Order: sequence, then structure tokens, then C-alpha cells
Amino acid sequence: MCHLADHFRWASSVRFCPLDTAIGKTLVRFEDVALRYGAGPEVLGGVSFHLAPGSFHFMIGASGAGKSSLLSMIYLARRPSGGHLHIFERDVTTLSRHETAMMRRKIGVVFQDFRLLDHLTALENVALPLKISGQRDEKVRRHVAELLAWVGLAEHLDSYPPTLSGGQKQRVAIARAVVGRPSLLIADEPTGNVDDRMAVRLLYLFEELNKLGTTIVIATHNESLVARFNHPVVRLGNGGVRIDRRQPGADARPGKGSAA
Amino acid sequence: MKLFGRRDVPLDGDASGRFLPWLVAVMVYLAALALISAMTMSRAITHWQEGLSGTLTIQIPHDQVPRGGPASKANAAPDAIEPILQLLIATPGVREAKVLEPEEIERLLQPWLGAAAGLTDLPVPSLISVTFDTAAEPNLENLAREVSKISPGAVVDTHQSWLGKVRDLARTVQWVAVLVVALIVGCAIMIVAFATRMGLSVHGHVIQLLHLIGARDSYVASQFQAHVLTFALRGGIAGLLLAVGTVFLAGRTLEGSEAILLPEFVLQPLDWSALLLLPVIVAIVATVTARLTVLRTLGRMP
Repeated sequence: MCHLADHFRWASSVRFCPLDTAIGKTLVRFEDVALRYGAGPEVLGGVSFHLAPGSFHFMIGASGAGKSSLLSMIYLARRPSGGHLHIFERDVTTLSRHETAMMRRKIGVVFQDFRLLDHLTALENVALPLKISGQRDEKVRRHVAELLAWVGLAEHLDSYPPTLSGGQKQRVAIARAVVGRPSLLIADEPTGNVDDRMAVRLLYLFEELNKLGTTIVIATHNESLVARFNHPVVRLGNGGVRIDRRQPGADARPGKGSAA
Repeated sequence: MKLFGRRDVPLDGDASGRFLPWLVAVMVYLAALALISAMTMSRAITHWQEGLSGTLTIQIPHDQVPRGGPASKANAAPDAIEPILQLLIATPGVREAKVLEPEEIERLLQPWLGAAAGLTDLPVPSLISVTFDTAAEPNLENLAREVSKISPGAVVDTHQSWLGKVRDLARTVQWVAVLVVALIVGCAIMIVAFATRMGLSVHGHVIQLLHLIGARDSYVASQFQAHVLTFALRGGIAGLLLAVGTVFLAGRTLEGSEAILLPEFVLQPLDWSALLLLPVIVAIVATVTARLTVLRTLGRMP
């Protein structure tokens, strides 16, 4: 574990420091946010909640409740069609293309469908965020290899995604999301394809990252996993959001954004 | 293994990666041929002009030879030659005035009439070749008037009208070459823009992912640029080599034939550097086009 922390300490010295952890700020703030695709009906409506810097939340909701849609607004793939969404204290509708790109570099995403590039090896896939943010240092290779070894893929550094199993691909996707030590990590079903032992191990990875200051949001169906870790849960249902505070100091504001 | 060597957008496997180098090769080939023709033409004209400036030719018809007279007398020198030579010698600035021998005239006419033509049977006019001092500015009108006083049928030819026509032809060839090169560059721009847009849509999911992990449009553009630069340079150099090979072969074929009037394909170092620049310019145009196309297309996205 210490070994992994070293990795992230290295990454942070290169990239994002200091972290935005000032007290009183919110990293993600939904205010009466609505989302619709084109002229269709609203997928989400009246969503209000906020996430404090350094927090760790699970997100649970029936399939079709709009979990992925909500997450996609946080990682700036979609803009709300109503209400206000602030990420890193910035109204997302005011971001230029350049600012959007820069903000996305501070957000790590584990996509439900992984979205690995099939023509790049596992190592190259994981190194991609570092490459994009301008790190061309060959030292990067060692750190990426260490991270992949930590998620149990030491034997597969040079494998291409089509030759990997679902669980292996998932771990590559997770490694890519965390490699740059993002300020905010969004994971959509990050443990859906791995066994329980690996799921717990990956959750420890996220906790480790959280201890170093990263804000974490994990969408999952795995209630037993949620039960095992003591973190607040964002519950999404019928167009509204409720946050279950499960420990003192969790930062939900139930009065403001509770679901119908 | 180089970690950062590979392109994130897998353009090399695209159909465009296979047909674009060939298209560029053909375009550069045609442009190079057009350029070579124009440059050869202008070299030849410069060559002729240098050879002919400061000279003129006086043609004296056979007014002294009786019609239907004996053929052997056809080439007897006209009487006007001697007074005209005297006049020329008296003219300031004339360095040399030389009557061309019948054998020399025959040699000059051979390319037009063939070796078999019996020139002795034809009433070929006599020719006086006049060379002026380089600094001389002879009064040609005055000279022509004096010559026609001696022999009304004599023609003073400064070669200017002939050279002028050839120069017009050369200028036309040059404009056509410029037009061809411009059309080819325009074509290259359209083809690269089209292929780039195709690549953007074929690899839409890759580009979307790159954006989601923080890539800027210029990063995506650099991927396309690198791809386009490689194939354009490869195709351009191939096209140029083919064009030079064609010209070389054409030169070899024409060598030794009777077409001595055709200009030689002799290019100067300046011409060579212009030719070498052609694939470089096409590659730069293609690269810039790819970049601008990517930036414009992505910039229009939300």
C-alpha cells in the first residue's frame, strides 16, 4: 500500500498540486439540474446535491434511473439542459473548449464500457492521460508498469485489450483513471466484472487515493460492497437524489436536494 | 519499446492511409512534369536569346538570276552582296559581317528539308550574318532603309519577331504550368480535407475518449498532422522520382533522333531545388490542411 502511495505522491508532484481542498468549497454542486437528450423527455430533473472536496460517495440507483447520465454531466461529457452545475467551483456552461479539456485532466473516469483503445497495449492505454497532459518522460513507463502490477496485470503490460478478459480490461480502465492522480474520480460500475476479492482490492485502491485528497464517486449495484465500506451513499430514483449519511461529517445536504 | 511513439488515433490502418500516398504521388508527378516543361522552355529561350542578341541576318533574294535560267546558276551570289557588305563595314558598331557559304546554308536547312533535298536546284537566298559589338546600339531602321536602297528585296531580320513568338509560347507554357500546379495543390487540399473528415468520423469514438481524458483539439490535430505529413512526403517523393525518371527516359529516346530543334532537358541547380521543394510544399500544404480541418470540425462540436 505504501508502495502505491509512493506512486501517487510521484504523480502529484508532477501534476496537480496543491489539491483544491479548501474548507467550505464544493467540488461538485448540482442545483435543480435537468437533463434531456435533444427534444426528448427529461432523463433527470430537479437534481440538487453537492460533494465536498475529499469526500467518498457511493451512488446507487435502479438501472434506468439515470446514474450514467448524471455521472456523464460530472465528467463534462454532457451539459445540463436546465439548472446549474458547478464543478471545481465553475459553472460548466461557461467553460471554453480549452478550459473543459484542462478540467477533464483533473477528473479520472472509469467508464462502464471501459473505452480502452484496442490498438494500444495495456501499458500505452494507461499512460495515455499522462501523454495527453504533456508528459513524454520515459520514466512514466516504470510508474505505469508499477500501477498495472498493483492491479494484478504485471503479466499483461504489452497485451492488447481484445486479448484481455472483462475483469482485466476493467482493471486497465481503472489504472488509466487513477494514473494521473485526479482531484475527482468518477467510476461507473468499476467492480462489475471482477470477483469479490479483486473488488475489495480495487476499493482499497480508491480509498488510498481518497486519503491522498481525491474526491471519489463510485456508482455500483454491489450492495454488499457498499455495506462493507463506510461511505455515504447517493441514492438516485425517480428523477431525484437523496444522500444517506452513514457517518458523521458526511457532506450531504438532505434538506436541499432530497428526492420526491 | 517506445511508450510514446505510437499514434493514439489508428489512422495508418485506414483506407485513406492506403490510397492517399498514391494520389499524392500522381499529383506531384503531374505537377513536376508541368514544372519541368516550363523550366526547360524558359532555359531554352534564354539560351537562344543569348545566342541571338547582337546579331541580325540579311537575306538577299536572287533578283539577278534570270527566270528559268540554268539550275547551276541558281546559287550564284547576287550582285547586291558586295555593296551591302561595304555598307555594313561602314556602319559603326558592326564587328563582323559574313556571307554564309552554300554548304552552311544547306546544313541549316537540313532539319527542315531533309538531307536529300538538292539545295543546289533551289533559289535559296543569300545570307549575310552580322554581329555587333556588345555595347553597340545600331540604328536598325536606318540600316534597313539603306539596305533596301541597294537591294529592294533584301530583308533585315533581327530575329525579334521569331523570338517574340517563341517567347509567347514559352509564357503560355509557363502559365499553363502554374495553373496545373495551382489546380493540383487545390486538389490536394480537397482530398486531404475530405480524408481528414472521414478519419474524424471513422475514429469518432477514439477522439471522444481522447477528449474525455483531457486532450485538446490541437492534440487530436497533431495526430492527423503526423499521419498526413508521413504519407504526403512518401507519396510526393515517389511522384517526383517518377517524373524525373520519365524526363530522363524521354531525353534518352529523343537523343540521336533528328529532333535537334527540341530544347534539351538540361536543368540548372535552381530548377532542381524548385523541383525538390515541390513534394515539401505539397506535404506542408497537406499537413496544414489536416490541422485546420480537424480544428474546424472539432470546434463546431458542442
